[in-house]
Amino acid sequence: MARTDLAPSRLHIGDLGRTASVGLRTRKMRAGLSALGIMIGIAAMVSVLGLSESSKWDLLAKLDRLGTNLLTVQAGQGIGAGSGQLPEEAAGMVARIAPVEATSSISGVDANVYKNDLIPSGQTGGVSVQAVDVNLLDTLGGRIADGAFLTEATADYPTVVLGAVAAQRLGISDVDDQPLVWLGDQWFAVIGVLEEFELSPNLDRAALVGVTASERFLGHEPVADSIYVRTNPEFVDDVMDVLPASANPQNPEEIEVSRPSDALEAREAASDAFTTLFLGLGAVALLVGGVGIANVMVISVLERRAEIGLRRALGATRRHVAVQFLGEALLLAVIGGIGGVLLGVGVTAIYASSQGWAILVPTLAWAGGLGAAILIGAIAGLYPAMRASRLSPTEALRTS
Amino acid sequence: MPTAPPGLVLSIQNVTKVYPTEPPVHALAGVSLDVANGELLAVVGPSGSGKSTLLHVIGTLDRPTSGDVVIAGHSVNSLTDRQLSSLRARHIGFVFQQFHLLNGYTAMDNVADGLLYTGMGLYDRREMAAHALVRVGLGARLMHTATKLSGGEKQRVAIARALVGRPAIVLADEPTGNLDTKTSDSIVELIEELHDEGASIVVITHNREIAERFPRTIALRDGLIESDDRNGRGTG
Repeated sequence: MARTDLAPSRLHIGDLGRTASVGLRTRKMRAGLSALGIMIGIAAMVSVLGLSESSKWDLLAKLDRLGTNLLTVQAGQGIGAGSGQLPEEAAGMVARIAPVEATSSISGVDANVYKNDLIPSGQTGGVSVQAVDVNLLDTLGGRIADGAFLTEATADYPTVVLGAVAAQRLGISDVDDQPLVWLGDQWFAVIGVLEEFELSPNLDRAALVGVTASERFLGHEPVADSIYVRTNPEFVDDVMDVLPASANPQNPEEIEVSRPSDALEAREAASDAFTTLFLGLGAVALLVGGVGIANVMVISVLERRAEIGLRRALGATRRHVAVQFLGEALLLAVIGGIGGVLLGVGVTAIYASSQGWAILVPTLAWAGGLGAAILIGAIAGLYPAMRASRLSPTEALRTS
Repeated sequence: MPTAPPGLVLSIQNVTKVYPTEPPVHALAGVSLDVANGELLAVVGPSGSGKSTLLHVIGTLDRPTSGDVVIAGHSVNSLTDRQLSSLRARHIGFVFQQFHLLNGYTAMDNVADGLLYTGMGLYDRREMAAHALVRVGLGARLMHTATKLSGGEKQRVAIARALVGRPAIVLADEPTGNLDTKTSDSIVELIEELHDEGASIVVITHNREIAERFPRTIALRDGLIESDDRNGRGTG
């Protein structure tokens, strides 16, 4: 009788790793270059996601610091939109809304400010003059760069605090020398210079004077044209809803309410669009890398016909051969993937730290990057592996 | 169910192999052959006589168009592709004219690969490979990579790889075809020694001089056995 006691061919998992890496070890240059394709793709995706996350974190930190509970109330301007001025009692009405924590009005003064009294009147430098409440700095969360902000005491006198851009244009960086500016045909003492406002950049180009001083020295009638409102963060939307009617009960439609932090978020949303674009480019690079691996593997199968024949002669099944070549493609992709993740994290770390951001690489980015590499490797290796396994042993051995 | 008489490592009956080309090529036109355990024989014949096809069929690298092949008691016709792989892994050793060594591997790992698909662990494979290399006279070359070996040394490595698993039969396809005369002689001597130690070996060669040194010579022509000479030293 014919024997049937034939134990199957077996290949240990460790030996699979060894056989799958034969091609890599014997053709290092080629392996390196084909892994490089995957590496670039993965690095692009990881760094884009990492940078986007890091900048988002920066924005969140900024929003956290500045708060998203600051609202601006303005009178609409233009045809059919009103006079551009808020009703006199608006500030008081708004302050009475329960969740409102602080309000601060500003009112544009019809005056110009110059470095000294010799500058021609046309050269205003684009610096406006605003009459402001003394709590403006607290309401906006602004910071003093030098000197001090207006107080109840100084607001009554010809003193001025300059926004960051205004100070620059007037050539004043500090108040150590007690500088003066020519404001509305009169000398005003500069008592403070501000840092840039992140939520209200229009104030960076303004010279800020006290309300009393504007009445007394500039003949200004202090009717607010903007009110900054700080509310309880829980009720921002509710306050936004009632603000127009509170500020102008007769014509609520003339009131514009905005949230300055929305602008920051909009900017971030715009950069999100770029993130998507770059992710797309990374995906294309990855695809090209995958095609590169498939190409190299197909060539490898052709070149290594003799090895395939030998392995079949040594007892390898078709599956052993397929798994060997699939394993080689996977190995290439994983090496490229790991290299890409490291490179991507490196790029993120360097750029984020140069921007003063926290270095954040989301798990999704590196795990997804590795996952994508493995998937690409598997797909790229499938066809060459099938080809290798379908090769008949005699045909494979016929190559001399 | 075809059976093999006891003591035979190989028995083929009326084997044909037809390649379906246009016109069809009858590479083997009905070959019957028995090889006893421990026998050493040469298969000679001119190009196109069917030598290589016979070796492929015996080695289960190719299936016959008709006829029975029984190796080490296993009837090839009843085995699946995977079972044939297993048969090769455990019962058949191959030696090729082109050596077919893996260049990046050491001599020892090349030989150890002869046991790769048996499921034996790496440590045991290497130990057996080292013994086999010592047996073929390459004890001092264990850790040399294949590229650093001479032609004769490469073929000795290949022979060690074929023998390392103690297969029922070793099939050598023109083992001296790429070697100079002196090196050829030493390889033939090695084959004779291994035979004396009990290995069953079939050598395919176009070199009659070498063939006649072996105890049994089978001459093939046009896919048929032309002669089956026992040179007085054979087992049967």
